[in-house]
Amino acid sequence: MKKILLIGNPNNGKSVVFNRLTGANVIISNYPGTTVDFTQGKMRIDEEEMMVIDVPGTYSLNAGDKAEEVAVKMLNSGDIVVNVVDATNLEKSLNLTVQLIKNKKPMIVALNFWDETKHKGIAIDFQKLEEILGVPCVPICAVTGEGIKKLTERLKEAKTSKFSYEDKEKWHVIGDIIGQVQKLTHHHHTFMERLGDISTVPVFGIPLALVILFFTFKIIRFIGEGLIGYVFEPVFEKLWSPLLLKLSVILGSNGLIHDVLIGKLIKGEIDYGQSFGLLTTGLFVPIGAVLPYVFAFYLILSILEDCGYLPRLAVLVDGLMHRLGIHGLAIIPMMLGLGCNVPGILATRILATRRERFIAVTLLSIAVPCAAMQAMVVGLMGKHLVFGLSIVYGTLFVVWIVLGVLMAHLVKGTSPEIFMEIPPYRRPHLRALLKKTWIRTKWFIKEAIPFVLLGVFIVNILYTLGIIQFVGKYTAPVISGVFGLPKEAIGALLVGFLRKDVAVGMLAPLGLSLKQLIIASVVLTMYFPCIATFSTLLKELGFRDMLKSSAIMIVSVLIVGGLLNIIL
Amino acid sequence: MNGLISLADMKSGQKGRIVQIDGGGGMTRRLDALGLRVGKQIKKVSKQLMRGPVIISHGNTRAAVGFGMTQRIWVEIEKL
Repeated sequence: MKKILLIGNPNNGKSVVFNRLTGANVIISNYPGTTVDFTQGKMRIDEEEMMVIDVPGTYSLNAGDKAEEVAVKMLNSGDIVVNVVDATNLEKSLNLTVQLIKNKKPMIVALNFWDETKHKGIAIDFQKLEEILGVPCVPICAVTGEGIKKLTERLKEAKTSKFSYEDKEKWHVIGDIIGQVQKLTHHHHTFMERLGDISTVPVFGIPLALVILFFTFKIIRFIGEGLIGYVFEPVFEKLWSPLLLKLSVILGSNGLIHDVLIGKLIKGEIDYGQSFGLLTTGLFVPIGAVLPYVFAFYLILSILEDCGYLPRLAVLVDGLMHRLGIHGLAIIPMMLGLGCNVPGILATRILATRRERFIAVTLLSIAVPCAAMQAMVVGLMGKHLVFGLSIVYGTLFVVWIVLGVLMAHLVKGTSPEIFMEIPPYRRPHLRALLKKTWIRTKWFIKEAIPFVLLGVFIVNILYTLGIIQFVGKYTAPVISGVFGLPKEAIGALLVGFLRKDVAVGMLAPLGLSLKQLIIASVVLTMYFPCIATFSTLLKELGFRDMLKSSAIMIVSVLIVGGLLNIIL
Repeated sequence: MNGLISLADMKSGQKGRIVQIDGGGGMTRRLDALGLRVGKQIKKVSKQLMRGPVIISHGNTRAAVGFGMTQRIWVEIEKL
């Protein structure tokens, strides 16, 4: 099968072009031996099926970071190169184009954001550009789909360019081309451009960031609660419960199988928070209580990502993050981690050095609660929601800062400085946005549900065998002595290793005081990450660093839990 | 040299031309990839608190440059 490579700068709409060209069957893979991911899909031209590969965005073929190394390797294995170019930014884009030309692969250039050039007072003679470069040049607007048909029609005209130049003359040559094909007319800065610039000025940018974060969480709660209250709970209560009650009767209302599948009936009814069977609590926690928040979270995060806000946030927090030994871009894995720690840890791959990754991963797994955990804590706090959550989040934030500062001083290695492009604000493309949200949500469903079911199953078995009671007796000094929690909470702490949300759910029937709830929530967040996170941690850090990270975690949870017990 | 100032010391809103980059091949290559090189006209858009990065614009491109790097990029300010 022929391979078509989409190559271009980051943030130039390449993924939207990719979405336009390919169908639904898209696979994200990891380039062997690296931490760089790429996406591939299929398209059909004149009955011939071809593979389309979305090569990681790159500015040049020799700058030497990992994404660029991968881009160069992939380039050698491709048959046709589609160079996606940002028409509003010809100089920067042509830098890559003229390097690609030297590679002598059949090539075609797609000039994206063609519609935007008009607002920006840029006129490009694309036929002239085609003449100079000696490869087809097609203006497109990927978001609206204009020009995509033309691009696919002309794919077979892709050819090797005869254009040649001396490497040291590169910028001169590019300047020359631009002089011939591009005419600029004066234009007034658009509102979006002004907003784009002003949101990186601290006086305006920091309040704006706080407003955006505030609304982000408001909207996530609104969507999450709406979905739970109007869709998921009614479905579980009205449709699923009657079925389960019938099953309960068939199973004889008690016995091992009944208890594992359905759990305890509370006053003859199913209580999804307390019954604790596989089909009751085991299904309700991931689907009914957590999934709506995870979906809402990823939807909003993808919007922030696609409209170009996240790099600006990274810039605003860079100064602070440097004190923690990581740079501003690390805010992205941290935010992803608020959804689920696993993709958060995977996203630390955008950080260049081992030191940065170790610090980011450790901070993430200790002080960043995932959506599942948060959703359950919200449910648990009840009428003390605002006060309880403020203490929990406040404590975690302080831990995040203090641990970061400590590690910045103690962990050896270097953390490079931030240097990145700040893309203009752009309207996100709905289909690409939904696709991304769906891929992330699907990932949660696939990863979380089996673990929740396993967790609930194991809890039932451990209880039946009396193991939890046994461990509880021996760990009571730490649990009640240090943390001030009743020894029944040990069950939750053990399960927390499998799934944090299930663990928080187990605290509900214990009748904890507000102080105990706060301590339990903080301890559960900080101590051992769930098994999915833990295995990712091991994979990404390796055995030795995983041990180090875990040691930091155990020490900090004992100190923080103990302090809270004394202070509160 | 007269009128030469580091990118870190430029004021927000000021325009100028890069005349010297005190950095190894790595830093020069990274800057070059985004079109930043000796001779390039730039404008400082904003700077951050706590020695955070500096935002510059050149043409339609905006870039965030780490504070340490900005101390090693020398600019000749454009006279108004």
